[in-house]
Amino acid sequence: MPKLYTTMLGKTVRSIARLRGGGSALPGLFVEKIDGSFVPNTLAQLPRGVVMISGTNGKTTTTKMVTELLESQGLKVFTNRTGSNFIRGVAAALLGEVDMRGRLDADIAVLELDEAHAVHFVKTVAPRYSLLLNVMRDQLDRFGEIDATTKMLTAIAERTTERVVLNREDPRIVSIGDSLSAHKATYFGLDPSLASHFPNDDELHNGPRAPHMSRPIANVTLEAFKDNTATFKIAGERLSTSLKLQGIYNIFNAAAALALVRTIIGDKADNTKLVAALANVTPAFGRGEQLTVGGMPLQLVLVKNPAGFRLGLSSFPAEKYATMIAINDNYADGRDMSWLWDVDFDSLRVSGVGEVSGIRAYDMALRLQYDEVEMAHVEPNLKKALTHFIHKYPDTPKRIYCTYTAMLALRRELGTITTVEVVS
Amino acid sequence: MSSRIIHIVQLYPKDMNIYGDWGNVLTLKRRLEWHGYAPVLTEYNQGDTFPQDVDIIIGGGGQDSGQTIIQDDLLKIGPKLHDLVEEGVPMLLICGLYQLFGNFFKTLDGTVIKGIGVLDLETHGGTERLIGNIVTKSHEFGDIIGYENHSGQTYLDKSMMPLGLVQKGAGNNGHDATEGVRYKNVIGSYLHGSLLPKNPAIADFLIEQAVIKRYGEFTPTVVDDRFATLARSAALKRPR
Repeated sequence: MPKLYTTMLGKTVRSIARLRGGGSALPGLFVEKIDGSFVPNTLAQLPRGVVMISGTNGKTTTTKMVTELLESQGLKVFTNRTGSNFIRGVAAALLGEVDMRGRLDADIAVLELDEAHAVHFVKTVAPRYSLLLNVMRDQLDRFGEIDATTKMLTAIAERTTERVVLNREDPRIVSIGDSLSAHKATYFGLDPSLASHFPNDDELHNGPRAPHMSRPIANVTLEAFKDNTATFKIAGERLSTSLKLQGIYNIFNAAAALALVRTIIGDKADNTKLVAALANVTPAFGRGEQLTVGGMPLQLVLVKNPAGFRLGLSSFPAEKYATMIAINDNYADGRDMSWLWDVDFDSLRVSGVGEVSGIRAYDMALRLQYDEVEMAHVEPNLKKALTHFIHKYPDTPKRIYCTYTAMLALRRELGTITTVEVVS
Repeated sequence: MSSRIIHIVQLYPKDMNIYGDWGNVLTLKRRLEWHGYAPVLTEYNQGDTFPQDVDIIIGGGGQDSGQTIIQDDLLKIGPKLHDLVEEGVPMLLICGLYQLFGNFFKTLDGTVIKGIGVLDLETHGGTERLIGNIVTKSHEFGDIIGYENHSGQTYLDKSMMPLGLVQKGAGNNGHDATEGVRYKNVIGSYLHGSLLPKNPAIADFLIEQAVIKRYGEFTPTVVDDRFATLARSAALKRPR
């Protein structure tokens, strides 16, 4: 149980921050400062422990899937659903859930943490289970190098007490599995016929891999998908379902979520029920989230790194959509703009880009110029750009690719003209 | 006009290609096209036969693991590269290959990775990563704007000219205010971002040298660098 005064002070700061319309991080930062044991002590109450989800791409959507799948099996789940995947984000989310005495009414916690923060987090909270999705070049200005990221994920795996669920299609993740004792690692994967849709980091840069010599046996594999219907092979059984999630990478992450939940629940897992629950999962905020503006759909696609941006572009065809791109370079976005040059924008050449915005709008415009993609308008100010974009294309569905802080700002603006789910 | 071919050779794209090095290659390709030439890109990876036609050489950064992989191959083609440098072939070397064109890279644990010694400089592994937005000043190219991310600290021999002097950021080593190297038609630098799109003067220098060397003269067209100019001024205002 956390200390009484920490909980009370923290909850007070949270109320004040919310009154002022502030972000979710501040109260988290506050309790982190006054009492470093708040998070571990609060989580220690949970009878089924802590589940950690990390990796470069897909954490937020996968965490949402895992949470909803566990709920379908009757568990009460605590999760950090803001996508603020720093430790202070977890602290802030806990403050919102505990009562004044610090009690947390949940069976299990499912937490997504950014690799660099997860390494510190696991020193005080050993997860019972963890899921490691992938290693891609992401915000290298913060982490240094991709091999360094692999080391961080290895540390998470080593601190995990029960089982680690791993992506057998990512060679760097498989190498983490190789370093663990055999009974501790379990895998999710793809049918070989789908491999070309999911290039790993090396393949993104060097072209397709040589056929895998031997891959670990997977607990769950994604066998096929067409439109929004996916077929999974779960312990030898083939099960199909339609999905509300869009984007091929989300469908692969569904296999990850299934493998993790089956590992947590054990033999009692009801596969049919799990797959049915998966059908109802909607996209996490900003991850292909669909809003309505002026009677037309507007989709927000978060882009954080070259792999994610490329997967987004190949998942969502540009035709019949007006496209906007908003690139910020605040700390949470990554300051280095190099990553834009590792994304191929040829697929936007046919339709062009309606609006380019964000602090680094001109870096993005420069990038599009070199891929010879037409741009209708460039305006760094997000509010002005959004207004211009919406008014210029009143009768067209819209899609906005945006970095993390640009997405938060755009959602705020969109909240003044349409219904935007408040996530805190 | 467009039959006038210029051969770009990219060194080790498989193992030394990180932080948007592709942006530099793409910038050379497009600007060559816009200036009325036909770029032909050849990738040289370890074990390949070194290409006959070489007008511009471009090499990027890598992780320590990538550097180890290419080291032997690079030493093998070293003499060839040495000749091309002395002949005046324009080259752009970023980060990892900038280091390995020097005399050596001594890592923190004392391992010495031998370079090809075309550039008289040496690099020592540092404990601190030098990361952030950087601006340097060059009398040849004006302000050079980019992003650095390296732990190696490079020191130039007195005979070598730096590419620029650091206005904001760390540069070669964080101590002597130099950044990069400038020798014959070779440019070495730690700058990503990518370097060439936001510094078109450097891109056009490499192109001009290559074209003059092959065709005797170069008549540039006017490229619309509006976005480059605006991106440069936006970058100048950003925190480190």
